Amino acid sequence: MSDRSDLQVIASLVPEGSRVLDLGCGDGELLAHLMQQRGCSGYGIEWDDHNVRRCVERNVNVIQYNLDEGLALFDDASFDVVLQLDTLQHLRNTEHMLKETARVGRLGIVSFPNFAHWPNRLSVARGRMPVTKTLPYQWYDTPNIRVGTFADFETLAQRQGLKILDSFGLQGGRPVRHWPNARASVAVFKFER
Amino acid sequence: MDAVTPSSSVGLVRATRHTLLKPWVLRSGATLTDVSLMVETYGTLNADRSNAVLVCHALNASHHVAGTYEGQPRSEGWWDNLVGPGKPLDTRHFFVIGVNNPGSCFGSTGPMDHNPATGRAWGADFPVVTVEDWVDAQAALLDQMGIDQLAAVLGGSLGGMQALAWTLRYPARVRHCIGVATAPNLSAENIAFNEIARRAITSDPDFHGGHFYEHGTVPRNGLRLARMVGHVTYLSDDVMASKFGRRRREGAQAFGFDPQFEIETYLRHQGDKFSDYFDANTYLLITRALDYFDPAADHGGDLAATFADVKAKFQLVSFTTDWRFSPARSRELVKALVKHRHDVSYSEINAPHGHDAFLLDDPRYHGVLRARFERLASEFKA
Repeated sequence: MSDRSDLQVIASLVPEGSRVLDLGCGDGELLAHLMQQRGCSGYGIEWDDHNVRRCVERNVNVIQYNLDEGLALFDDASFDVVLQLDTLQHLRNTEHMLKETARVGRLGIVSFPNFAHWPNRLSVARGRMPVTKTLPYQWYDTPNIRVGTFADFETLAQRQGLKILDSFGLQGGRPVRHWPNARASVAVFKFER
Repeated sequence: MDAVTPSSSVGLVRATRHTLLKPWVLRSGATLTDVSLMVETYGTLNADRSNAVLVCHALNASHHVAGTYEGQPRSEGWWDNLVGPGKPLDTRHFFVIGVNNPGSCFGSTGPMDHNPATGRAWGADFPVVTVEDWVDAQAALLDQMGIDQLAAVLGGSLGGMQALAWTLRYPARVRHCIGVATAPNLSAENIAFNEIARRAITSDPDFHGGHFYEHGTVPRNGLRLARMVGHVTYLSDDVMASKFGRRRREGAQAFGFDPQFEIETYLRHQGDKFSDYFDANTYLLITRALDYFDPAADHGGDLAATFADVKAKFQLVSFTTDWRFSPARSRELVKALVKHRHDVSYSEINAPHGHDAFLLDDPRYHGVLRARFERLASEFKA
């Protein structure tokens, strides 16, 4: 989560007292927030050594695990909410992980950079890959091995039979509900099986 | 922070002998009385006795966890890089306890001691001990020290098994369990290596069925081979390649069977060193304790059910190149703990050193333990 107000918006989607699994939990900021402010509990999954240590410092349960290996550690519907924030675009097996998210959690919340945000479109129209606050990398060094749009995700969710409960864009820490595919740099989806 | 330099030593230490007041009843049915345990402690027990950390040792270590002995500058404890003022397990905040497990050969009651029933050394007649038996002896010791509850129990490898067993046997007495490079039981491959080591010892003519003390011999060759086999399994292919590769000893005679490669010399050296200080019966006992440890066996093999009612919070650590206690084994524990919603964190350190990594000071590994202990210290600091 790059932005504090983004974090607040996402946190407000998580029902109080939820059992949460945060895939790609980073330094554990959101989980710590959910534990302290919303009475949640659960685990974060993280691969980066430094982030794992930060989670331990924050008293967030963290499991160092490569998400490309799936979620075999977890039983079906064993969490109220599975978060997959700013993580989807780094995974090789995006489709499988989405299935896994829906299997393990009663509720899934996903966010990712929306490639169809208008400055990105403009950049591509000019013939160059976008470099923005949300997509700060050059094409040759980006860890984002998947680029997708708000609209693309709707299609994928539909194909997987997921029921979208809520969806909106995030721009500058505020929800965008009109034309999010063009007007928001981040896409957010809340869904269930 | 006070003025102590970071990462300094606990300094000069002394071991004390404690005799258990109650009989020690073993899982095998045997009972030992007047069991004595060698103990070292570092740091100060706080007023409400809430800052004690028990450090459990693995195969060839002892109660001497940290510090040095007077007049022996090179006698650092086996986990000296972890335990001390300013170190990850900071003795300015914690009261750290090291205990030599009975059956071992560093001063606690063991096979070289006198068996009251026969009037001679126990030797091979020393009862088979289990991880749970050790934990019971440690708990009895803590009773005598007036410590009801541990802030944490910490161990690597076989020591980690003891830490796990603590949470099962005395759930109310452990707040945190820290298990490094450990496993819920040994694999068949692991038992196989132990058996090779034991056969090396028992087939040494100097072993005399375990009663070698009275023959004035030491089954040195058996111990050497046991250690050589063990040592190979504690390292990784990567670390052996970088440490030794195919390098030859200088001046080694070609076309013969004397050691020519550096790895051969190294293994022989390790074997020689080990056979100077380790007891053959202890080697049998401790490897057997490893083989037998399998808490899930009492729950039809269901590891999650085994840990269903534990109360401790867990921190597990494994190392990617450890093939003796592989990350997969730690993940089994994570999975079992998660199933019953226990607090668990797990760190998988990408280190080249194999099983031995748990004794080294990789900054990522020590960083996680430091963070964990700092967190824990904040629980009882004002």
